[in-house]
Amino acid sequence: MTTDTRALEPGLEGRSAGWRIVARKEFSDHISSARFIVLLLVLGAAAIVPLYFASDAIRSVASQVTDTRNAFLALFLFSPSSVPIPNVFNFVGIVAPLLGVAFAFDAINSERTDGTLPRLLSQPIYRDDVVNGKFTAGLAAITVVLLAVVGVISGFGIVRLGIIPSPDEVVRLLAWVVLTILWVSLWLAFGLLLSVVIRRAATAALVGFGVWLLVAIFGQLIISLIAGVLAPVASAATAEEFVSLSALSATIARLLPLTLYQEASAVLLNPSVTTVSTPTTVGQWQQWQQQAQGQLLSFDQSALLVWPHLVSLVALTAACFAAAYIMFMRQEVRA
Amino acid sequence: MTDIAPARPSRRRRSTPAAASPASTSPIRTRALTKRYGDFVAVDVLDLEVRTGEIFGLLGQNGAGKTTTILMLLGLTEPSGGTARVVGLDPARRPLEVKRRVGYLPDAVGFYGNLTGRENLRYTAELNGLAADETEERIGHVLEQVGLAGRADTATDTYSRGMLQRLGIADALLKDPDVLILDEPTTSIDPIGVVEILDLLRSLVRDRGMTILLSSHLLGQVQSVCDRVGIFAAGRLIGLGTVPELAAQFGGAAAHLEVAIAGDAEVADDPATRALLASFDGVAAVDWNAASSSWHVAVSPADASGRVREALLRAVLERGLRLTSLRVLEASLDDIYRTAVAGMAVAGTTTEVGQ
Repeated sequence: MTTDTRALEPGLEGRSAGWRIVARKEFSDHISSARFIVLLLVLGAAAIVPLYFASDAIRSVASQVTDTRNAFLALFLFSPSSVPIPNVFNFVGIVAPLLGVAFAFDAINSERTDGTLPRLLSQPIYRDDVVNGKFTAGLAAITVVLLAVVGVISGFGIVRLGIIPSPDEVVRLLAWVVLTILWVSLWLAFGLLLSVVIRRAATAALVGFGVWLLVAIFGQLIISLIAGVLAPVASAATAEEFVSLSALSATIARLLPLTLYQEASAVLLNPSVTTVSTPTTVGQWQQWQQQAQGQLLSFDQSALLVWPHLVSLVALTAACFAAAYIMFMRQEVRA
Repeated sequence: MTDIAPARPSRRRRSTPAAASPASTSPIRTRALTKRYGDFVAVDVLDLEVRTGEIFGLLGQNGAGKTTTILMLLGLTEPSGGTARVVGLDPARRPLEVKRRVGYLPDAVGFYGNLTGRENLRYTAELNGLAADETEERIGHVLEQVGLAGRADTATDTYSRGMLQRLGIADALLKDPDVLILDEPTTSIDPIGVVEILDLLRSLVRDRGMTILLSSHLLGQVQSVCDRVGIFAAGRLIGLGTVPELAAQFGGAAAHLEVAIAGDAEVADDPATRALLASFDGVAAVDWNAASSSWHVAVSPADASGRVREALLRAVLERGLRLTSLRVLEASLDDIYRTAVAGMAVAGTTTEVGQ
């Protein structure tokens, strides 16, 4: 019987390279798509403009101080006082989710509306190869965008300002890129989930961007409102009460992934940041300042500081992706 | 168009054609296959067998359960009950092996609009693990087969529905399958194109020994190409066999003779002629068909070309009537289908026929 000889052929059954083929196709689609080019230009411009304004200031500082450690990282942290533009890492924190949603909101539902899904699934690949491949391709596209932007900023710093990064700075920068990819992949997984649940790509995009807007603009507001109600720091009568209440409100703030990302970014990019929680009193701040004076954290200590943040982000991403995965596996091929 | 399976030095090449496998292994076989969506029964205890090297037509209205059946055969949806065997394998347990050997054209097939027809096929070839060196040759071959070679390098965005359908067939043929499952293959293809496609299907069976299962609601096409037909209504197979067999089963055991005699048109429904026609042995009923100005004489199938015709010709000669038309009206699948579905509704076996 032909069946048996076929089944015995090595490397045929159990071969699961399907996701790689899907990912390759999706990645080349992403790279040549208009949205990729537009996002690259927008992010690139957003990185260059503040840099341009900051460069003069940085140069004047750099020439005065001979032992400027971490002048290179200042490129990412510096926020020019002359124009109201956020610094690079804050800006990426706000814009990156857009990137994630943009590369995933139509991943599954467009296959459905174009009638390509039944055809794709009738090829000899497993069903999860489709979601895995698409997620991988999105991740790869995002990595390309982020590396390009970081490369442009670094190149600008090296060529125009003459700031050569130290090895420690390179490590920190790479760690920050990894953190940012993680941050974007959370939104990528969220976009994928939307594309599985919502049948129309336009609706999925609207929902995705709506949630992004809510988190980016009103998120902080809502969280501080909740914190204000649950842990009213102002009503603290004693010092102990004050400390415990402010700790509680910080915890509530960290429910927002954006907070996690921004805190972790600050620590990774700035070795003089020795604590993830912001000082809430003048005394605390002074203490913090004294600690920070001249004392820079080594990279592994910084990494240790943000480890919980990283784990939380990974967990959130995994949860989002798992939801998308399970729902896709359970959905009927036909609508 | 005929050289379907060129000798290819491929790991997928089989030593014996599928047609040579024992007759006991039907490429498609289901036993009590059932699919329920909540309370709705889409496919109801289906026993179906498609033999090697035949074209089997699955006939039914929209929502009769054709596509659901096909999806179960491909392992794309899990049966609620019963079993299916495709190329001897259980598609629910070994979907990859089944999908490697079964070509499928989905209903309303789609392609990636930003890619050309050729690029779309290249992606399918990759997913099927076709060797890179044989891919281009194979793609050129299937494009030739469906008559798309000239437009293969334009983006599928610009294709008409019919062209997409053709590309879909090329896509299904790309892996050189043993079994081809086509869901509404000829919908939205122009009439000449339909003839080409049906010819292609016949040659695939003849030269490659392929087994083809196709679903359609275009009854005339099914009739012309299928060896056997299964009539599907509300998830059940209510008729199975060749078209003549089904005609005998559902045609009320009656065939029709169309008779027209000169002068009839002026005297519509002439009682004298009616009496004459009714007087022959074996005539069950005589009807005046005003639309075609002719008589429809219902006879039992065996008599249609026999006794009645003979008697009629003799009478015409004896009485000096001028016969302008005499032909046997074949039972069309259309009639059979309508009778079958109506019979089912009358029998009250289900209330969902009309859906």
